[in-house]
Amino acid sequence: MTEVSVRSRSKENLLPHRIVLNARSMPAYAYGNRSPIWWGTVGFAAAEGMGFALAIGAYFYLVFINGNWPLSAPPPDLFWSGIFTIVMLASAWPNTLAKRNGEREDLTRSRRDLVIMSIVGIVLLGIRIMEFSALHVRWDQNAYGSIVWVLLGLHTLHLLTDLGDTIVLTVLMFTRHGYGKRFSDVGDNAFYWYFVIASWLPIYLIIYWFPRWW
Amino acid sequence: VTRAITSHDLDAVPEVTRLATGERGGIPGVQSEADAPPSPRELRDDQVDGPELTARLAKTWGTEKGLIGALSTVDHKVIGRRYIITAIIFLFLGGLSAVVMRMQLALPENNLVGPDLYNQLFTMHGTTMMFLFGVPIGEAFAVYLVPLMVGTRNIAFPRLNAFSYYVYLFGGFMIWAAFMLNIGPDVGWFAYVPLSGPEFSPGKRADIWAQMITFTEVSGIAVAISVVVTVFKLRAPGMTLDRIPLFVWAELINSFVIIFALPAVVTASAFLLMDRLVGTHLFNPAEGGDALLYQHLFWFFGHPEVYIIFLPATGWVSAIIVTFSRRQAFGYIALVLSLIATGFLSFGLWVHHMFTTGLPQLGASFFTASSMLIAIPNGIQIFCWIATLWDGRPVFRTPLLFVIGFFFIFVAGGLSGIMLASVPLDSQVHDTFFVVAHFHYVLIGGNVFPLIGAIYYWFPKFTGRMMSERLGKWHFWLAIIGFNVAFFPMHITGLMGMPRRVYTYLPEMGWGNLNLISTLGAVLFFGSFLLFLYNMVTSARRGSLAGSNPWDAGTLEWASASPPTPQNFDRIPVVTNREPLWANRDSLPVVAGLSVENREQIVSTVTAGRADLRETTPESSLWPFLAAVAITILFIGSMFTPWALVWGTPPLALALIGWFWPKASTEDER
Repeated sequence: MTEVSVRSRSKENLLPHRIVLNARSMPAYAYGNRSPIWWGTVGFAAAEGMGFALAIGAYFYLVFINGNWPLSAPPPDLFWSGIFTIVMLASAWPNTLAKRNGEREDLTRSRRDLVIMSIVGIVLLGIRIMEFSALHVRWDQNAYGSIVWVLLGLHTLHLLTDLGDTIVLTVLMFTRHGYGKRFSDVGDNAFYWYFVIASWLPIYLIIYWFPRWW
Repeated sequence: VTRAITSHDLDAVPEVTRLATGERGGIPGVQSEADAPPSPRELRDDQVDGPELTARLAKTWGTEKGLIGALSTVDHKVIGRRYIITAIIFLFLGGLSAVVMRMQLALPENNLVGPDLYNQLFTMHGTTMMFLFGVPIGEAFAVYLVPLMVGTRNIAFPRLNAFSYYVYLFGGFMIWAAFMLNIGPDVGWFAYVPLSGPEFSPGKRADIWAQMITFTEVSGIAVAISVVVTVFKLRAPGMTLDRIPLFVWAELINSFVIIFALPAVVTASAFLLMDRLVGTHLFNPAEGGDALLYQHLFWFFGHPEVYIIFLPATGWVSAIIVTFSRRQAFGYIALVLSLIATGFLSFGLWVHHMFTTGLPQLGASFFTASSMLIAIPNGIQIFCWIATLWDGRPVFRTPLLFVIGFFFIFVAGGLSGIMLASVPLDSQVHDTFFVVAHFHYVLIGGNVFPLIGAIYYWFPKFTGRMMSERLGKWHFWLAIIGFNVAFFPMHITGLMGMPRRVYTYLPEMGWGNLNLISTLGAVLFFGSFLLFLYNMVTSARRGSLAGSNPWDAGTLEWASASPPTPQNFDRIPVVTNREPLWANRDSLPVVAGLSVENREQIVSTVTAGRADLRETTPESSLWPFLAAVAITILFIGSMFTPWALVWGTPPLALALIGWFWPKASTEDER
């Protein structure tokens, strides 16, 4: 038997189709947990949240090992970190607007919200730089300094990636690509920002308040 | 052509309302682009049929020719094939390093390799087997098979998937290139501090180990997320949770374990790198750090790692046993719940790797109990498989032989594992060859034997050709005899006190004969792999043609051609049974109405598996490859200067923007 005839026979044993459903009228995308991207964002938030949890675990492990805390340094200043936290919490409001206007597929308002969110991100980054200078400890001074820099650095990394993402999306919405499925991306970007806010609160308490309570 | 369906037939297709949600895309009250009717100019698969449909879809979903095309492809089968082949190459490299070690240990006071090379060899062996073979091989099979088995056309986030492959490849290449240049890591596969810290390991060896972790874990997490979303959102309509194939369940749970376990090893290796490169003191007791913190972080990953290696194997075993028993799995729900229980429990055992570090008594007792507890879900799985075989009409082909081998070897390894769970015994044999014997029984029994069975089983799907059954039987007997001759004596050498990780020993110790037997077994075992390689290579070229479903199996991957066409299925199947191809023997119920000219696939709901959206999935793109190159430069550069994080970021950012920027030509942009 030649190879070709065997091939065609093996082709034949694919089952014939019986159409029972038509997808023509199904929508081309949707919002929130109906969209695969939303689940992907949740997945990354879970993995990164695990990273935060482990770093926080390492912090308390070191507290437990050492007994006295913070190690040979005064607790970090509250001024810049307080401003950072206020701005961070306040950003939830324009973020909610961005998500809502995205879902309404309102291009003008989405553009406005994204510009606001980009500016908020840049401002936060500026405050973050001031925060690092008010920690009163260097990363290479002792284990306390190291873990504080790790926690703050880890959060900064998330701030940076979300800011980058927001700026790219903002530019995108000002081009001819700004329609349709991109509005769903606006919602997912806003969702990730909630994660950045939520992950900040425990870290803020641990870095700035825990040493004062201990 | 729609045929009348009898309503009292259990495997009948349910009415359309139960297969599709029928919901709009936009939120209520909003005129959404999502609900715009498809362009009438675009050809859809209800307008064309037969070979023309196959050919047109193959063009839409195909991979371009040439090098750029090969590096741009996002086809899960192409990437999955590369993943599988790369992981198997690493299996052989890891095996070769083991053979060299066995050669050295064959005789007392042997001079084949010196202590420094021996240290590098056992580090490379462990690192390769765990990070470059063990984790990726399970994910590799998921990348290839999960989209086929859930009845879709590509993995979720196909570009992320392509990116993850290149990151894995470059990371593995980096560590082996370093080994070839005699700067391979020499601190063991878990690189404990203080040995791996800045004080005791100057030079770049430990950095290369730690950075390889970063590569493989970035890639591992990315694939895991793609697999989870594929299983959650891209299942064929009608594939409810209790119709998901057991292999897919295993890969799903495995992906969850990966998502929660790998961040721990990334944290450990990142802390280690920071201690070594920028002078942090996280593991330095002199400045308030702690060396055991490293062990906790490492083993919080390291124990789930064992199950990351084992869970995909349970999927292979379930698939093979069901097909060759000719009946559905006995205790499907029990099997799925056992997988989930194993996934959870795997996070509660890590301290049993640290019994000799001086733990509080309560901690030791707790972790002894939890270590014994995990034997329960694993035992349930074994009994369900045996019941399936018992009640079925088993056909003893090569894949099933390797599964039978798995039973014996894995159960033996599990028994020595229960012994090791008790603290007094563990303290006695800690760091001896007894432990080496135990975990090779568990890992080779629990992963490699099912893997070989899985390759024999799915090889016809991957290549369109059967592997030689005669060579397969030889392979099986050589492997099971070689394995036991190599590893069983190690239980005894361990009980006689021979420690791990020694490059030689004195003749007076009396370990010589047992070591010689182990080496002979190892050579035999390696020989079985050469036979396997020969069988794969010759069968891929000259094996008999397989046809789409050579084993008469029931799951959806066998409804595609062998090897599958780029689109996997000409139309997305509708699932009415756990074994869809056994329920529908004369025709396959399908969904029509998807685009023939653009890459569209069905997005369904998480639990009920009702069709919800027809969403486009990304086209080929070179950017994921470029992003992988950029991230490689950044990672390798940062081992030499922290400034690499600064100058390495713009190229990476550029590549990522290129990746996400929509192409003007796609239908999505009209």
